[in-house]
Amino acid sequence: MASSNKRVPTNHVIGFVLSLAMTLVAAWAAIGSDLPVSWVIIGIMILALLQAGVQLFMFMHVTEASSGNGHVPWNMMFHGFALAGIIVAGSLFTMSFGFDHDGHGGGGGDHQQHEEQQDHSGH
Amino acid sequence: MAAEELKTGPLEYRTQEGQMGIMGFWIFLGAEVVLFATLFATYAVLYGRTADAPVPGELFEPGIVLIMTFLLLTSSFTCGLAIHEMRRGSVKGLTIWMSITLALGLGFLGFEIYEFVHYAHLGATMQSSAFWSAFFTLAGTHGLHVTLGIGWAILLLIQIRKRGLTNVTSRKFFIISLYWHFLDVIWIFIFTSVYLIGMVL
Repeated sequence: MASSNKRVPTNHVIGFVLSLAMTLVAAWAAIGSDLPVSWVIIGIMILALLQAGVQLFMFMHVTEASSGNGHVPWNMMFHGFALAGIIVAGSLFTMSFGFDHDGHGGGGGDHQQHEEQQDHSGH
Repeated sequence: MAAEELKTGPLEYRTQEGQMGIMGFWIFLGAEVVLFATLFATYAVLYGRTADAPVPGELFEPGIVLIMTFLLLTSSFTCGLAIHEMRRGSVKGLTIWMSITLALGLGFLGFEIYEFVHYAHLGATMQSSAFWSAFFTLAGTHGLHVTLGIGWAILLLIQIRKRGLTNVTSRKFFIISLYWHFLDVIWIFIFTSVYLIGMVL
C-alpha cells in the first residue's frame, strides 16, 4: 500500500531479479555442474520453493493488510502446498518405493520395464 | 449490498464484495494447487515408464525450456507492474503492461506448441507410453490454463476500455493478476521437477 504512489515498484524489481538469478542457478546446477545427483535435486527443489515464495510475497501481495482477508490467502497457499507434498511423496512411497528390481531408485529400471510392457501388451 | 465503502486503500478492496471476491479466488487457487499436485504425483510415479518411446533425457533440451521459463517469468513481472499502475490510477499504464504480459504469454504458448509437435515427430505422443501421457497431461493442463488466462485478460481489457477503473473492474484485474502469477508458480515446479530433473536423471 505505502508503495502504491511510487513510480518504480522496488519490490517487483527485486523479486524479478531474484527469480532470474534463482532460475539461472538451478539451470546451471542441473546442466552445467558436476555435483552429485541427489544434491542437485534437493537444491533445485529448494530453489523452486523460494521462487514460489518470491511470487507469493512480492507479486501476489499474499499478506496485504488492506485486503481485509486476514490470514486466509496465506492459509490457502500453505495448506495447498502441504497437501501437494503429501500427495506427491505419498504416491511415490506407495507406488514406486522399492519397485525397481535393480535398486537404483525411481526411473532407473528402463530396460526391465521395456520387457514388462511388452509382456502386458500381449494380453 | 455494499452498504459501506472505504474511502482509502486500493479500489479492489474498498467494498466487501471486492474483498470477498478476492478471498474466494485465493480459495480457488488453493484447490488449483491440489489439482496440479495430483498431476505431479502421477508424473512422478510414472517416471521412467517410457516403454518403447524415447526417454525424456533424449528429448528435453535446455535452450527452449529456458526461453519458455524466462518468457513466463518476465510476463509475471510485467503483470505485477500492470497492477502497480492500476493502483496509481493509470488505465493507460495498466493496459500497456497487461498487453505486454499477454504478448509474452502468447510467446510462451507458441514455444510450448512447437515443443509438443517436435516431441510428437520424434515418437513421444500421448499414446506412446505411460510416462509421456503423464508428461503431456501435466504440461498440457498448465498450457490450457495459460490459454484460458489469455482469453480472460483480453475480455477484461475490452471491459476496461468501456467502463474505466471502478471498484469492480479493478477487482477483476487484481484477480487475473493472482491467476497469472499462480501460473508462473506452477511453471517453476514443472521447469524444476520435470525438465531439470528429467535432464539430470
